[in-house]
Amino acid sequence: MEKVDERIMTLNVGPQHPGSGHMRIIVKIDGDYIVSAEPDPGYVHRGEEKMAEYRNYIQNIPHLERPVIHDSCNVLYPYCLGVEELLGIEVPERAKYLRVIASELNRCVYTQYWLAIYGIFLGHSTMFMWPAGDRELYIDMLEKMTGARVTHSYFIPGGIRNDVPANFEDMLLKRVNYFEKRIKEYGAIFYDNPILISRTRDAGKLSREDAIRLGTTGSTLRASGVDYDLRVKEPYDAYGELDIKVNTLKEGDAYARSKIPWLDMLESCNIIRQALQKMPKSGSVRVKLKPNPKGGNDEVYKRVESGRGSLGCYIVSKSQPEPYRVKMSVGSFRNLICMPYLLKGEKLGNMPAVYWSLNYWPVEADR
Amino acid sequence: MSSQETKPVAQSELVKDLPKFEKSIADKIEKKFGSKTKIEFVKENRVRIKVSKEDVLDVAKFLHDEMHYDHAEAVTGVDYPEEKEIEVVYHLGSYTDPELANQVLTLATRAPREDNPNPGSDSTKLPSLRDIFYSVEFHERECFEMLGVYFDGHPDNRRLLLPEDWADLPPMRKDFKLKGR
Repeated sequence: MEKVDERIMTLNVGPQHPGSGHMRIIVKIDGDYIVSAEPDPGYVHRGEEKMAEYRNYIQNIPHLERPVIHDSCNVLYPYCLGVEELLGIEVPERAKYLRVIASELNRCVYTQYWLAIYGIFLGHSTMFMWPAGDRELYIDMLEKMTGARVTHSYFIPGGIRNDVPANFEDMLLKRVNYFEKRIKEYGAIFYDNPILISRTRDAGKLSREDAIRLGTTGSTLRASGVDYDLRVKEPYDAYGELDIKVNTLKEGDAYARSKIPWLDMLESCNIIRQALQKMPKSGSVRVKLKPNPKGGNDEVYKRVESGRGSLGCYIVSKSQPEPYRVKMSVGSFRNLICMPYLLKGEKLGNMPAVYWSLNYWPVEADR
Repeated sequence: MSSQETKPVAQSELVKDLPKFEKSIADKIEKKFGSKTKIEFVKENRVRIKVSKEDVLDVAKFLHDEMHYDHAEAVTGVDYPEEKEIEVVYHLGSYTDPELANQVLTLATRAPREDNPNPGSDSTKLPSLRDIFYSVEFHERECFEMLGVYFDGHPDNRRLLLPEDWADLPPMRKDFKLKGR
C-alpha cells in the first residue's frame, strides 16, 4: 500500500487475493471509490503459442486446451478447424454433431464453474453449492464421451477421438432435461434475488458504442445489446443446421452481463436436444490422418463462440510438420480492456461484482 | 472408420472462382489504394491485404471509416529472420455492419528486424493503430513485449504479460529457443 497524496491511495489487489483471480489489479481509491484500475495480467503465462511452434499438429492438441480446462473442447475447436482447412480434410457428419454436443456440454460446465465463483464472491453461498454440484451432471456425460472428466483432448483434426458409448443418447437426453429444470431454479434463488439486483444493477455500465469500440466479445458484448454470436453469424460444423436463439440484453450493467451466460446455458440445452435429434445414428467419427501431416504454405484464421466469447486461432504454416506460428485470440484477453472503464467510479466493495461479471478467465487471457 | 487419405494441397489452390462478396471487398480496397496494397488472398469469409508500414495508417483509417470495420480481434507478430522482417497481422471484424459479420479482414504490415534487438530503441518500429481501432491497445502491448516491435504513437508502451525483469530476447522471436526441444 502506498500513499500518493493525502486522499488517493494505491491498492494492490492480487495476484494471490481470491477476489482478483490469478492476476493483479492496481486500484487507486479515494475513500470508498475507485479512481483508476489497471489490470496487470501475466502471472499464469505459460507460453502456449511458443510451445506450439515446437510440436507437430497432433502433439499440439493436449497442451493447447490448457488455457481453460473447464472449457477444453471449445478452446481446441478453432485449432482443429484451422488444421482441417490447412490439410483439406472434411469431417464426417456424425462427428460434426458430436462436436456440437461436446462443446455445448463444455460451455455449460464452464459457465457453472464461473457462476459458482460469481455467487460466492457476492456472498451468495447457495449459488456456489448448486452450480458446483449440478456441473457434475454434465461432467459425468463428458466423461462417458471422452474418458476424462475435465481435460478431454476430444477434438482432433479430422473429427473426434472416439464414438460415444451405446445408449448414450438416451442417457444424455434425461440429463439435459433434468439439468434444464435445475437451471431454471437458479432464476428464483439468484437472478430474482433483490439483494443481487440491488448490488449489480447499474454497476459497471458499458454502453453499446463502447462495447463495440473496445472490441469486447461474448456475454459482455451481448449484454450491451449487440446481437453477435458466431454460432449464428459464422456457423461452423453442424451449427448451421440448428435453430439457435441469440440472447441479448440492453442494460450493459453487471446484472445483464451475469444473466447472459445463464440464458446461454438454457439455450445450450435446446441445442443439445436438436443435435441429438438430427445427428446421424451411425457412421464414422473421424478421418484417418497421415502420420505427421504437413500443411502447405498457407495460413488460416478460424473462430468459434466459446463460453467467454469469440475464440480465434491463427495458424501460419510453412510446409512443415510443425506450425510456423499459432496465435490464440481469446475472449478473456479481449474483454480485459474494458476493466479500467468499468471499475472507474465504482465503490471498492463492488469490484468483485463488476470484475467477475466480465466472464473473465485469467489463465486464458495469459495463455 | 473411413480410410480416406488427407490431401496436403492447400484449399485456396483448388478454388478457381473467388467468392463474390469477398472479391468486392478486395476490389474496393484496390480501387482506393491501387498498387499501395497487395491483395494476398481472397477466400470464403477471409481477405488478406498487405501494405507497407508507411501506408498502414491510411489503409486502416479507410477500413474503419468507409468499410465499417470497427474492432480488431487479434494482433499477431510473426518473425521472419531470413527476410530480416517481422510481420504484424491485424485481424479486423465488424459488429455494426451485418453484411460483414462473418468476415475477417487480415491486414498485414512489416517492420525491419535487427539481429541484436533493443526493443523500443532500434529500427523495429511501426505506427500504432490504436487511435483508429481502440481495441488494439492491449494486443499491441503484447506484440511489443513478445516480438520487440515498438508502436509509435501508442499511449502506453509497457510490458503486459512478461515479468518486469525479463532481460532476454523477445520470446516469440525465432532465435529465442526453448530449452530441451
